[in-house]
Amino acid sequence: MANVELRKVSKRFGDHEVIHGIDLHIADHEFIAFVGPSGSGKSTLLRMIAGLEEVTEGEVLINGTPVQNVPSAKRGLAMVFQSYALYPHMTVAENMSFSLRLAGVSRKERDEKVRAVARVLEMESLLERKPRQLSGGQMQRVAIGRAMVRQPQAFLFDEPLSNLDASLQGQMRLELVRLHRELDATMIYVTHDQLEAMTMADRIVVLNHGRIEQMGSPMELYQHPATLFVAGFIGAPKMNILEAQVKDVSGQLLTLLLANGESVTVPAPRQKPAIGQKVKLGVRPEHVALQADGELRGEVEVLEHLGSRAYLHTRLPDGTRFVVQTDGDTVAHSGDRVSFQLRTEVCHLFDAAGRNMRRIGGEATFSTRENHA
Amino acid sequence: MRSEGRLNWGRALIGWTVALGMFFPVFWMFLTSFKTEITAVATPPAVFFHPTLRNYSAVLERADYLAFAKNSIAVSVGSTLLALALAIPAAYSMAFYPTRRTRDILLWMLSTKMLPAVGVLVPIYLLWRDLGLLDTVFGLILIDGISVLPIVIWMLFSYFREVPAVILEASRLDGARQAEELFHVLLPLCTPGIASTALLSIILCWNESFWSLNLTTVKAATLTAFTASFSSPEGLFWAKLSAASTLSIAPILIFGWISQRQMVRGLSFGAVK
Repeated sequence: MANVELRKVSKRFGDHEVIHGIDLHIADHEFIAFVGPSGSGKSTLLRMIAGLEEVTEGEVLINGTPVQNVPSAKRGLAMVFQSYALYPHMTVAENMSFSLRLAGVSRKERDEKVRAVARVLEMESLLERKPRQLSGGQMQRVAIGRAMVRQPQAFLFDEPLSNLDASLQGQMRLELVRLHRELDATMIYVTHDQLEAMTMADRIVVLNHGRIEQMGSPMELYQHPATLFVAGFIGAPKMNILEAQVKDVSGQLLTLLLANGESVTVPAPRQKPAIGQKVKLGVRPEHVALQADGELRGEVEVLEHLGSRAYLHTRLPDGTRFVVQTDGDTVAHSGDRVSFQLRTEVCHLFDAAGRNMRRIGGEATFSTRENHA
Repeated sequence: MRSEGRLNWGRALIGWTVALGMFFPVFWMFLTSFKTEITAVATPPAVFFHPTLRNYSAVLERADYLAFAKNSIAVSVGSTLLALALAIPAAYSMAFYPTRRTRDILLWMLSTKMLPAVGVLVPIYLLWRDLGLLDTVFGLILIDGISVLPIVIWMLFSYFREVPAVILEASRLDGARQAEELFHVLLPLCTPGIASTALLSIILCWNESFWSLNLTTVKAATLTAFTASFSSPEGLFWAKLSAASTLSIAPILIFGWISQRQMVRGLSFGAVK
């Protein structure tokens, strides 16, 4: 098993720099997820660790040894690809034992290892099939099995679940968590789906335009997003963002004037903003309560029932969209005018540059490291 | 539905017309090879006649058919193997590690096929003479192999491009070195494509006559030279020439017939995937 370290790693394609000097330490046994929108550089970063992409500048270290000049074949890593990348001309068993065959392992030992892994993944009956005779979920299992047979230093996953349907995704997420616990291996997981990162990872690295926007445990990112970008990326439905202006500062309270003319009072960050400063107020849909005499009013455009809960997609008088989470048995209808109350103690305040002002004020204590290059 | 049926009939008619048009000269040559020299040149052409094998015995008496056939086989197979050996690594690197110049290189290689071979006859002849390659099977393998190389590279390049790079990347992470990646993954995956490329190359080299006529005399002459030797300036012996031609094309025709399934499969490799 291995720890992986990135030191000032950059990547340029021609003149176009896609990764800007990233520093990252991935501990042994850690399940780390790289998340970000497409073009954020998450896959490129993974491919550089895998050795499929050259590192333009900086160092990649596996167990303390620089590996920039070590070919993929010799890095001792295993990777599961989005498209599974099974060898179409080989059976499942041959696919899984290919790495062992290349390593010169005897046929008997190969068979034993493949059978053992197949048993863990419950796919012993598939061993003699060719990839084209498998369903997407089965191919995914084979791809994971192929990685496991190698007993690699670390597992790399490049959006492995994105070609599966939703119910299978949920099932595979649990299975990967279970595998991580059983194998006790380092896993680096790339996804654009914050849900996968939230549910599986020990630590999430949010990437944006080739830079680390924030990293931390899933709940840290959810509760204390460092920037507007992270706030918008982690959590579904997205955090509501309201444009506001500081109207008054008194003691520990801050009165904000919202764009629609209404005022809300929120706890002030340690470093008090100036009166008149433009800020953004971030409120998660689950931190809003319907209340007859609430501070905000809106009109329900769409009501989304999810059974146990429902989302009211409302529009405020000034046109801003605002999502409210409520109980599944809500009686609201689209077209209804509703009023609601913000749970201001869990609201987020962002400055004009999109930084979380509570963090700037140093109010919360975090164990995360940031990289605002 | 009816108009669709009519369309299919029309297509079938055009298809058969073209096919018969292409087949007819070969068929006529085949018929002529069983005629006497007199009936061969008769006007109007004789369709019904007493077949004779005299032309064949005359042709086989005059020349050692088997020696020419052996050379043809050696040259077409040898050139194909040479071309494949050079083209596989070339197409691999161009398909999976393309640079800004890859397209240009491919076009340049193809452009060499537009150059008439006769344009380089003198330099090639002098080179071959000085290297002692004139009238050797090896010399002919060399020049035929180089001649088909652009086509072989082009075909392999397009087959290799069909293989998702991620499969090769997966093999690299499985610990495959470049040669292993090539032999255990890429080549087995492209077997139909490589086979049809090889078949086409064999056919092209078998039919190649320019170099075989100009660079060989006796020892390394192929069946194309054998055929040509029956068209003499003293007068054409149509029946004998037809017999010689039939003997020359028969092996490759049979070979093509047997391998046509493989050829078509390889040529439509990308289309059906």
